[in-house]
Amino acid sequence: MAPLVSIRDLRVAFNGVPVLRGVDVSLQKGEALGLVGESGSGKSVTWLAALGLLPRHAQVTGSVLLDGREILGAPAAELDHVRGGRVAMIFQDPASALNPVLTIRRQLCEALALHRDLSGEAVKAEARRLLDLVGIPDAARRLSAYPHEFSGGQVQRIMIAMALAGNPDLLIADEPTTALDATIQAQILELLSTVRREIGMAMVLISHDLGVVAENCDRVAVMYAGRIVEEAPSNQLFADPVHPYAQGLIGALPPLDGPRRRLTAIPGTVPDPARMPDGCAFAPRCTLAAEPCGLASPSLAPIADDRAVACIRAEASRRALLGIAAE
Amino acid sequence: MSAPLVEVSAIARSYAMRSGMFGRATAVHAVDGVSLTIAKGETLGLVGESGSGKSTTGRIVLGLEPPDSGEVRFDGKPMAAPATAAWRAQRARMQMIFQDPLGALDRRLPVAAQIREPLDIHDLGTPAEREDRVRELLRAVELTPAHGARYPGALSGGQRQRIVLARALATKPDFLVCDEPVSALDVSIQAQVVNLLVDLQAQLSLTLLFISHDLRVVRQISTIVAVMYLGRIVEIGSADDLFARPEHPYTQALVSASPAPGRRSAGRIVLAGDPPNPAARPQGCAFHPRCPRAIGRCASEVPVLSAVGSNRQVACHLVTGAETRDAA
Repeated sequence: MAPLVSIRDLRVAFNGVPVLRGVDVSLQKGEALGLVGESGSGKSVTWLAALGLLPRHAQVTGSVLLDGREILGAPAAELDHVRGGRVAMIFQDPASALNPVLTIRRQLCEALALHRDLSGEAVKAEARRLLDLVGIPDAARRLSAYPHEFSGGQVQRIMIAMALAGNPDLLIADEPTTALDATIQAQILELLSTVRREIGMAMVLISHDLGVVAENCDRVAVMYAGRIVEEAPSNQLFADPVHPYAQGLIGALPPLDGPRRRLTAIPGTVPDPARMPDGCAFAPRCTLAAEPCGLASPSLAPIADDRAVACIRAEASRRALLGIAAE
Repeated sequence: MSAPLVEVSAIARSYAMRSGMFGRATAVHAVDGVSLTIAKGETLGLVGESGSGKSTTGRIVLGLEPPDSGEVRFDGKPMAAPATAAWRAQRARMQMIFQDPLGALDRRLPVAAQIREPLDIHDLGTPAEREDRVRELLRAVELTPAHGARYPGALSGGQRQRIVLARALATKPDFLVCDEPVSALDVSIQAQVVNLLVDLQAQLSLTLLFISHDLRVVRQISTIVAVMYLGRIVEIGSADDLFARPEHPYTQALVSASPAPGRRSAGRIVLAGDPPNPAARPQGCAFHPRCPRAIGRCASEVPVLSAVGSNRQVACHLVTGAETRDAA
């Protein structure tokens, strides 16, 4: 099956400083892909670049195919059709994405008028249906409310409704629950997975929270310093991470049950994009780093049918993990 | 168990809030009848969602804000009146760490000078001794004197939080209130700071009040955990036991909402309704409108925190009232 989206060797530089250093990722129709990594790893930039949403001074190269058509550098008219229509995006801070002086009806109808051939009463009916779909009670009356009259969780529901207005094939959810309380986060994640199942939409879930990604995605890609370092089905990644960074991220997460153990913190900090180390970007923080790690940057290579890792010490790293498990 | 260092009995605090410019002022009960004791060297974790009153509790315990009623006792003595010499002496023994280290530091001052500031204020040691102490503190938080010469803007988030920690430890406090100290940090850096805090606590036999919305971090660091909902403690118990066997329906939902790698969301309790509004607290049990198991009594009668088993207290009619459990 041809992928819905296929990104090849996507690179982004701001003022000559590379922040995305060759990302390859593809997504099937209806699939949920998780993207995890720490701040500055390039999770958001990947999709902002793919959709042409970065400021003009960003240098973007590579290829982004949507249903086989190149959209990187496509004319504005075509991108307008893609953005909000084929691909929708929601962000961490929903309140700032809404206009505070317009009613929800105005804003929802605007999105509908742009992307759907609807007019008059049909637009209003569709707006009401969308609000119902995302679980806003009393949708008909609430349409005439302003953004500040809703709670944070409800505003994120409204953003999801607006994202769904164009019947997208792909939803990019960039940290959609980070600003929300735990019980509200659970509501929004459940809503996203119900909606996704109902309309068969693909989703990219960008999060710094491994748990959120693991539970809501089929496949996960781990990013570090502008590259994907490991890609695997969620259950396999968390049961058996191969890349030392992926292992580190999982080891750094305090357990909620079982015996308490000392957290295995990753030493040091993320490298400065302007002073990227030679070779593997993770080598300076890696406990398994060997001499060749500092020479060339490893490329993402398959280690099984549906798994890939960018680490020349992958075998050693796997053995080390098994050794720890055997103790 | 050793003697309690901090005893909080039935503290309450409300704020007046206006809705709109000309609206009538309504009282918002941020904290309502919270009692806690923290033994020396122990860590009490306080969890809850935004608006549950956990930060206000922390501020009252530290004496940054007076309670409307109730009392806080520190090392057996009541809190001294603010801005007196006794208060200042007491405050040197208790310190606070906030979520945003950049906001807590002065951007125009090298960080070593900021670590030194509490020593100057409390007039501890000679100038030379103070310099030594600053170096010692930097070492304690695993930084070098070179870091001390930098400005906050030249340090990473994790390093800044270490500086805040070093400054809080400067006066050799016995008690530390940490309000979401690692929430703004990336996972790998969060683990570094949590490990450091655990080590320092053991070395310096610190007593901690650790406030966070992150159940995992709280469990990692706490001996006892209290769960707050709309200004009240709804459940309190030993950290491992509480998260393994939560009794209160709200705690159960919180534990269930905490995502875990390698587990799919099947069987998760998803609460209906919005986060609670402290200005419009429901009658009876504040949690009953969102509670999946609420019964008639919950809407009228406020449940009291009562003992369940040897080291757990729960405020829920369904858990504490045996007859009502049968009826439900």
